[in-house]
Amino acid sequence: MPKYLLRFGALGYLSLLLLVPVGFVFYRAFEHGLGPAWDAVSSQQAVHALELTLLMAAIAVPANTIFGVILALALVRSRFPGRGLVNAIVDLPLALSPVVVGLALFLLYGRGGWLGGLADHGIKILFAVPGMVLATMFVSLPFVVREVVPVLREIGTEQEQAAETLGASPFQTFWRITLPAIRWAVAYGVVLTTARAIGEFGAVSVVSGKIQGRTETLPLYVQAQFEQFDIQGAYAASVILALIAVATVVGLRVIHPREEES
Amino acid sequence: MASNAAVLERPTGAVSGRAGGALARGVAAGYLTIVVLLPLAALIWSSRADGADAFWHQATRPEAVSALKLSLGVSAVCALINAVAGTAIAWVLVRDRFAGKSAVDAVIDLPFALPTIVAGLTLLALYGPGSPFGVDVAFTRVGLLLALLFVTLPFVVRAVQPVLLELDTEMEEAAASLGAGSLAIFRRIVFPNLLPAILSGVALAFARAVGEFGAVVLISGNIPFKTEVSSVYIFGQLQSGNGSGAAAVSVVLLAISLGVLLLIGAFRRWRTKHDYA
Repeated sequence: MPKYLLRFGALGYLSLLLLVPVGFVFYRAFEHGLGPAWDAVSSQQAVHALELTLLMAAIAVPANTIFGVILALALVRSRFPGRGLVNAIVDLPLALSPVVVGLALFLLYGRGGWLGGLADHGIKILFAVPGMVLATMFVSLPFVVREVVPVLREIGTEQEQAAETLGASPFQTFWRITLPAIRWAVAYGVVLTTARAIGEFGAVSVVSGKIQGRTETLPLYVQAQFEQFDIQGAYAASVILALIAVATVVGLRVIHPREEES
Repeated sequence: MASNAAVLERPTGAVSGRAGGALARGVAAGYLTIVVLLPLAALIWSSRADGADAFWHQATRPEAVSALKLSLGVSAVCALINAVAGTAIAWVLVRDRFAGKSAVDAVIDLPFALPTIVAGLTLLALYGPGSPFGVDVAFTRVGLLLALLFVTLPFVVRAVQPVLLELDTEMEEAAASLGAGSLAIFRRIVFPNLLPAILSGVALAFARAVGEFGAVVLISGNIPFKTEVSSVYIFGQLQSGNGSGAAAVSVVLLAISLGVLLLIGAFRRWRTKHDYA
C-alpha cells in the first residue's frame, strides 16, 4: 500500500508541476489550428529572434566545449593552491543569479567601467551581440567541465603515460587516448550547454537592451510578446523552445548509457 | 549529472606532459578570468566605489531587505519541499517498477532543458488568470514558490538517484527479516545513507532558487514588499538608473552563492577523508 501511495504521489507531483503545464502550452499554441501558430512564429521579428538565439549557441557552445575540456584537464591533472576556490568558481554560474551575471558584464563594459572605453573605439559590447555572447558563455560554462572531470579522474593517467613512454607527443596522447575516453562525457556536456545557451534569459536580458529585431533572442521575444498581449505569439515561440528542450532530453537519454558504458 | 558540483579529491596520478599541463593551466586561468572573474571583480569594485557607507545604505534599503528576506524564505521552503519530493521521486524511479518509467526518468531533466521564461509562462497559463482548473496563484507567493519548485526539481532527484542505485539492499532485507517495519528501515538504514546526497542536492536547489529570475518574472507580478524577490529587485534598480543599489544587492547574492558552493565543496572533502580513513 505505501508503495502505491509513493508512486502515485511522485507521479502526481510531476504531472501537476511539469507535464500538465507544458502540455497545456502546446494545447494553447495550437488551439486555433496550425495556421495562427505558424503565422506567429514566421513573423520577421520571431525569425530574427530564433536566428540570433542560434548564433549565441553557435559561438558559446564550441568555446565552452574547448575551454571546458582544458579546464577539466587543469583541475584534475595538476595540483595548485586554491583548487577548492577554482572549483567553486567553475560552479558559480550554476548557483549565481543570471541577473547578477548580466549586471557584472554591464558594469565592466558599460560607461565608466574598466573596459567601457572599448565602445569609444567602435567595439560595441553592451546592447550588442558580443555582450550577449559573453553573458551566454558565463552562464553555460560549467556543464562540459562538470561532465568531464569525474571521467578524467576515473580513467587515470596510466594509458597516457604509456603513450608518452612510447614517444607520443602531448597532442597525440590527447587525441588518441584522452579524447576517446571522454567523448561521451563531452557530448553530454555539449547537449546541456546548448540547452542552457539557447534558453538563457536573465543575463542576456540585462546586457542586450532588448532592442526588437536587433538584440532580441527567442526567450526575450517570448516575454516581449507576452507583455504586448500577443499571447498567441508568446505561446507559439514557447513551443519552439519547448521542442528544443524535448530534443535535449532525448539527446541526453541517448548519450547517457554510452557514457555509463565507457 | 551537472549537479555533481565541486568534487574535490586527490588529483589522479602524476602530472602528465609537464609542458602541456602548464599550458592547460594557463589557458584555463585566462578563460576563467575573462569570462567569469573580470566581470565579477568589476561588480564588486562598482558596489564599493562610493564607499562602505553607501554600500551599506544601498544593501539595507527596506525594499532591498524585504526582497532578500523573501528570496531566502521562499527558497528555503522550496528546498525543503525538494528534499522530500525529490527523495520520493528518486525512490520511485529506482525501486519501483511500472510501465513508462524510463519516460518519467527522462522528464526529470526537462526543467534543466526548458528556458526559464517558458517555465514561467507555462505555469502562468495553467495556474494563472484563465486557469482551466480555476486556480489562480498569479502575483502571489504561492505562484512564486511554484515557479521555483519547477526549476529546481532535478537537483535532489539527480543527486539521490545514483546513491540509491548503488545502495545494497542486503542491509534492508536483514532488517526486515529481524522484524523492522518499512518506516523503521527507511529511517534507520536508507535515510542515513542518502543524507549526504540529499543535502548537496538541497543546497544546490536553494542556491538556484535564491537567484532565479526568468521563471518568476511573469508569475510573481513583482509587487514590492510582497512578491518582489532579489533578482527582480536588482533588475528593477538597474532599469531605474540606480546601478549602485543593484550592485550592492548583487554582491550579497554573489556572497550567498559562493558560500553555498564552498560549503558543498568542504562537505564533500570532509566526507571523502572520512570514507578513506
